[in-house]
Amino acid sequence: MDFSLSTEHEMTQKMVRDFAQKEIAPVIKEYDRKQEPVPTSLKRMGELGILGLCFPVRYGGQGMDYVSLGLACEELEAVDTHLRVAMSVHTGLCSMTLFQWGTEEQKEKFLTELASGKKLGCGAFTEPGCGSDVSAVQTSAKRDGDFYILNGEKMWISLASKADYAMVVARTNPDAKKPSAGLSSFLVDLHSEGVKTGDLHGKLGVRAGSTGWISFSDVKVPVANRIGEEGEGFKITMAGFDHGRYTVASGATGLIRASRDVSVKYALERRTFGKMIGEHQLVQQKIAQMMQDYEIARMLYLKVGWLKNMGERSTLATSYAKKFATEASFNAANEAIQIHGAYGFSDEYDAERYLRNSKGAVIYEGSSEIQTLIQAGYALGFREDKPLRCELPAYDEAFWNE
Amino acid sequence: MKIIVCIKQVPDSEAKVVAADGKASWGDAPLVINPFDEYAVEGALQQKEAQGGEVIALCLGPETAKEALKHALAMGSDSAILVSDPALGAVDSQGAAKLLAAAIPKIGGVEMVVFGRQTLDDGTGLTIAQTARVLGWPLLSFAGAIKVDGGKATVERVFEEGKQTISASLPAVVSVVQSIGEPRYPSFMGIRKASKAVIPQWSLADLGVTAPTPVVTRAALDNPPSRDVTCEIITGETPAQIAEALAEKILAEKVL
Repeated sequence: MDFSLSTEHEMTQKMVRDFAQKEIAPVIKEYDRKQEPVPTSLKRMGELGILGLCFPVRYGGQGMDYVSLGLACEELEAVDTHLRVAMSVHTGLCSMTLFQWGTEEQKEKFLTELASGKKLGCGAFTEPGCGSDVSAVQTSAKRDGDFYILNGEKMWISLASKADYAMVVARTNPDAKKPSAGLSSFLVDLHSEGVKTGDLHGKLGVRAGSTGWISFSDVKVPVANRIGEEGEGFKITMAGFDHGRYTVASGATGLIRASRDVSVKYALERRTFGKMIGEHQLVQQKIAQMMQDYEIARMLYLKVGWLKNMGERSTLATSYAKKFATEASFNAANEAIQIHGAYGFSDEYDAERYLRNSKGAVIYEGSSEIQTLIQAGYALGFREDKPLRCELPAYDEAFWNE
Repeated sequence: MKIIVCIKQVPDSEAKVVAADGKASWGDAPLVINPFDEYAVEGALQQKEAQGGEVIALCLGPETAKEALKHALAMGSDSAILVSDPALGAVDSQGAAKLLAAAIPKIGGVEMVVFGRQTLDDGTGLTIAQTARVLGWPLLSFAGAIKVDGGKATVERVFEEGKQTISASLPAVVSVVQSIGEPRYPSFMGIRKASKAVIPQWSLADLGVTAPTPVVTRAALDNPPSRDVTCEIITGETPAQIAEALAEKILAEKVL
């Protein structure tokens, strides 16, 4: 078993780290305090190819593999969560879902725009009345000739007011026996008539990111924009979560690392009782836990990246990685504040931002409770991976770079 | 236009360098392309974009220095060459200049050699002028902007006192400063190309030279003397009292 990263992986990691450290780290406190999106983040991530990192060159991507995507997310969230959130919704939920389920025509038309960063995408599943319970979505899509007419409201949607396209799940068959069988997926042009979007304010964390709502009022969506068959919406959304959760897991790993790094730095500077606080065993215990959690979280997400490269299903492995890394990132940020003492309570230092940013990911894209049910479901035989009509293509270096 | 960009691999700028037994040591800190040389690569690539042609990254160093060359490739250099030989011991700036000046004619047809203003490790900044001297080419140093027209290079030199515009006929050696523009990030396409690149390695025999004898040797290398620092917290009832006490202390210590 080879645990080493390739030169390509290492150079990707360094490039993304340099971008985030040079361009975002110096301004992040200012925008987080103002609760405003960093104006350059998305533009630069598009220009540099980060948003389309893992897609074949033929579809406007950069031709890198899925491990590179995880490594990039780790580097982005080590600086600020809003950068990784863009990867989760644009790259994971929207573009990778399209890559997995879209027809060749749809990939050529839409994925090329998204992977090249010319257009931005997001994922619109959650509604005011349902989050984890995806099969309960109320947004409706009624067929009318060559169109579907969409009505409904989506809530807590990252990049809602910034994106050009949203991967939307809506109910096409209200009479389906199982509610989940009545759903279908659509790539909706958010510039269409009848679409309204807005931002949500007053969030605990990710304050330099954009989170909002989308409302659909008699929005005409061409049949050509339906992703997959009618009734496949639930499966498509769940498959999309495998991709989104992978980016969340790898990003949260970066947040553990960031908490560890600021803790180590402070523990070597601050003195109490005549010595550096790093010499106190109770501080060492906290730092050792962060070291261990970082290592475990990293191995878990890299395994998911490897499974994706091999073209194997990764729902369970992704669930482990997502639950472990997001919970560990919350704990690491919490202990980083404790190590910083009163200074940790102030936004003069980064630890409090890490804590506020970490909490969302324990909730979204399948809360920890949902992950627990997924894992128990596999153990007890209530769940199994059934073959999907469309699988995420395995990484094929030659095809990716043609 | 064929442009050579000379780069060096150095310890990361965040590495803690200490002197031990007369040698510099930076523990297991990563080795990176000299940050000043990233500006040199940027300057060279700008010229390639303006004039057409190719950029070749050239490095003198151990085999590990191929990693620094890969960075230059990922930024957009067309090819890279490493000059390396087990017979090379300590190389001073003049020795480095002789070796680089032997490699440049072997590449052939070179019209411009670009350097960063200095290296982060030894930092003498001498190799640039010495290379120009050995080649017998004009040196245009501290360039913040480069313009090539009709076989002539004109550069805007940037230094503390101001700016100066000078020109010389090609071929020429140019050293660049930060005003040339922020170095571009490696592109993903560049990363893929660089990670697969097989970088040719030229030995002393390939260059037809022997190991240069250093004219400057390091007699000693010491850590800076440790400073004896004491910390005193000044207290008082009001900010005004604290300020007064602080001002008295500063005057008593003759800091002001």
